[in-house]
Amino acid sequence: MTNLSGTNLDREAGSEGTRSRKGSRNIRAQIGMVLNLDKCIGCHTCSITCKNVWTSRKGVEYAWFNNVETKPGVGFPQQWENQDKWNGGWVRKINGKIEPRQGNKRQILRNIFANPDLPAIDDYYEPFDFDYQHLQNAKESKNPPTARPYSVITGERMEKIEGGPNWEEILGTEFSSRSRDTNFDNIQKDMYGEFENTFMMYLPRLCEHCLNPTCVAACPSGSIYKREEDGIVLIDQDKCRGWRMCVSACPYKKIYYNWETGKSEKCTFCYPRIEAGEPTVCSETCVGRIRYLGVLLYDADRIEAAASVENEQDLYQQQLDVFLDPFDESVIAEARAAGIPESWLTAAQQSPVYKMAIDWKIAFPLHPEFRTLPMVWYVPPLSPIQSAAENDQIGMDGDIPDVRSLRIPVQYLANLLTAGKEEPVVLGLERMLAMRAYMRSLTVDGVVNTDVLERVSLTQLQVEEMYRYMAIANYEDRFVVPTSHREYASSTFDAYGEQGGCGFSFGSGCSTGNNDTNLFGGNKKPQRSGGIPIKIPIKVEAAK
Amino acid sequence: MDYLNTLLFGYYPYVAISVFFIGSLARYDRDQYTWRTGSSQFLRADELRLGSNLFHIGILLLFVGHFVGLLTPPAVYHALGLSTSAKQILAVVAGGVFGGVCLKGIIILIRRRLTDARIRATSSRMDIFILLLIGVQLALGLLTLPISIYHYDGANMLLLAEWAQRIVTFRSGAADQLSEIGIVFKLHLFLGQTLFLVFPFSRLVHVWSVPLGYVTRPYQVVRRR
Repeated sequence: MTNLSGTNLDREAGSEGTRSRKGSRNIRAQIGMVLNLDKCIGCHTCSITCKNVWTSRKGVEYAWFNNVETKPGVGFPQQWENQDKWNGGWVRKINGKIEPRQGNKRQILRNIFANPDLPAIDDYYEPFDFDYQHLQNAKESKNPPTARPYSVITGERMEKIEGGPNWEEILGTEFSSRSRDTNFDNIQKDMYGEFENTFMMYLPRLCEHCLNPTCVAACPSGSIYKREEDGIVLIDQDKCRGWRMCVSACPYKKIYYNWETGKSEKCTFCYPRIEAGEPTVCSETCVGRIRYLGVLLYDADRIEAAASVENEQDLYQQQLDVFLDPFDESVIAEARAAGIPESWLTAAQQSPVYKMAIDWKIAFPLHPEFRTLPMVWYVPPLSPIQSAAENDQIGMDGDIPDVRSLRIPVQYLANLLTAGKEEPVVLGLERMLAMRAYMRSLTVDGVVNTDVLERVSLTQLQVEEMYRYMAIANYEDRFVVPTSHREYASSTFDAYGEQGGCGFSFGSGCSTGNNDTNLFGGNKKPQRSGGIPIKIPIKVEAAK
Repeated sequence: MDYLNTLLFGYYPYVAISVFFIGSLARYDRDQYTWRTGSSQFLRADELRLGSNLFHIGILLLFVGHFVGLLTPPAVYHALGLSTSAKQILAVVAGGVFGGVCLKGIIILIRRRLTDARIRATSSRMDIFILLLIGVQLALGLLTLPISIYHYDGANMLLLAEWAQRIVTFRSGAADQLSEIGIVFKLHLFLGQTLFLVFPFSRLVHVWSVPLGYVTRPYQVVRRR
């Protein structure tokens, strides 16, 4: 129906807004993720499996591509959400254009000798290990020997561990510290410091693989890129020069500077697994089955306009409008013409992410006000009803309790997920409560309660599917990842070209960099298990 | 001492420049993973902002000053109305100011690299060597200033420029220009060439990667397979 001569996609997105006229969409696909916070039990399995696979190396001991935070709290690194402090993400200028909050290109280059917005390792934590050897080597003494901590950077003993990736586990710090959480903005927060009113939730975080990533925009070397075929944002380790602008640019602080190699690293969305049609490690190993992976089709030409909308509370809706209906005939035709494989179109139609984010509208982007259009979305958690509701004083509305009587304040969730706009979060929570009420009357009373569905504008079909996806959460429903196509990933699947190749390496081709003298690098390059020899002088008690 | 003079200022320059270019190319081609700034700001930011900015601004201006000052033929700046002695004064003043800025910066950088436990532990031997080398080179450069102040005629400067121009234009007799020149100048020249020699084996390679292309690049980068 439309002239598709423009399907030779521009390599650079967001550079021109002129093509966003109707009928010339620039269709791309991305694998997105949804996390159902309602079911997250905060077990950290995702963090640990991710750590074991990706960051158990020297230089990134402190880096957690995936971490789980207890909210409310300042998070990891400390106060990452506070962009007044870190200047991450984008700002909209008076002329309606957006630029990285830490500065435009000229300002970024001006700061290249020393980045004023760069967090330091103490904002994360000084990585440590314990001197276990001492348990075996200690001389006989009255008291049992202890394994004391030492810094894995300097090898020197640490008298006190000052922080860690999960320092606020289950509200583990005093309220005055935790309440610096920016999601308390516009909330009378003092009452939540009282024991009776306290609340908490878990927030697993990873790279958002944004549609409009600030890290890419701020990289002076152009080493960070978004993959056209699946939207995964990666750092080219060969091209990275260690200017470290990405670390401060990312408002989620999900780019980590490897102090050993001098290069930045980030969550890879487990792309070798995704290419093989397998879920990411964090998703695969999630014991609570809270993670969902699926394809979303979007119009790349709409990204810039969506991210530049004036009112930040409109950003959620704007991002929804960037996504395309995978059942729409014209979308399918254009997607085919754009070279998106058939299996990806099928996957887009079965995508759990599409269902939860766009169809049911129960999943929301994390901090859309950063204007990055994040692609890891969250289903807000339900929470116990305040005691007042049980006393019939307030809060029950038919079979659905008033979500405003839930223990976690709606405004808090809205600050986290919709730039403070409560209505979408309220509807999402109500739909989840309606699903519970509907299924309870169906299975307990044997009654089909459609009244409760009408209130939240859901059909029976939708709510039963919601139940299947969210409560049963079968593996096949959660993860709809099409395998990468030969035409997408020739180097991955063209075995002939890989003959005699080096497989995965640390970015230096066939060079292992593992000889004793490295002509170019100084220190040997990090390998798994690595670690540095402990420099702690084992104090031998002098015989007196 | 003539043979030493010829070796250090007649042949060594070509050795250093060859290693500089071939070494940089080889490293870029073979081991780009090691091609980085090697910033330690992440481990200790305290003094780095001041030190690094002063050092970089100073040394970049010094580099431009040396490049223009040594390689501009006298006829060219005479034609522009700049006499030899005026150029000498300009060189001394500019070198003094930029050198002072750079010195202030590098003192901060050397101190933190040697005394901060984190920085020290993560420094390679080359990191420390190159920083000290630049520090000594800078001190030598500043030591030439008092000597130059007493030579308003710019005779020394003319000899040095003549040497540099003969080297880069492959004319003979370059080393002969320097036979009468002071020891401080000779040491400064020797270390300067050594900097080029060790350049490819140190973190200095990041100088090649000045990200000027960033200015004209669109913000977003999307790669196709």
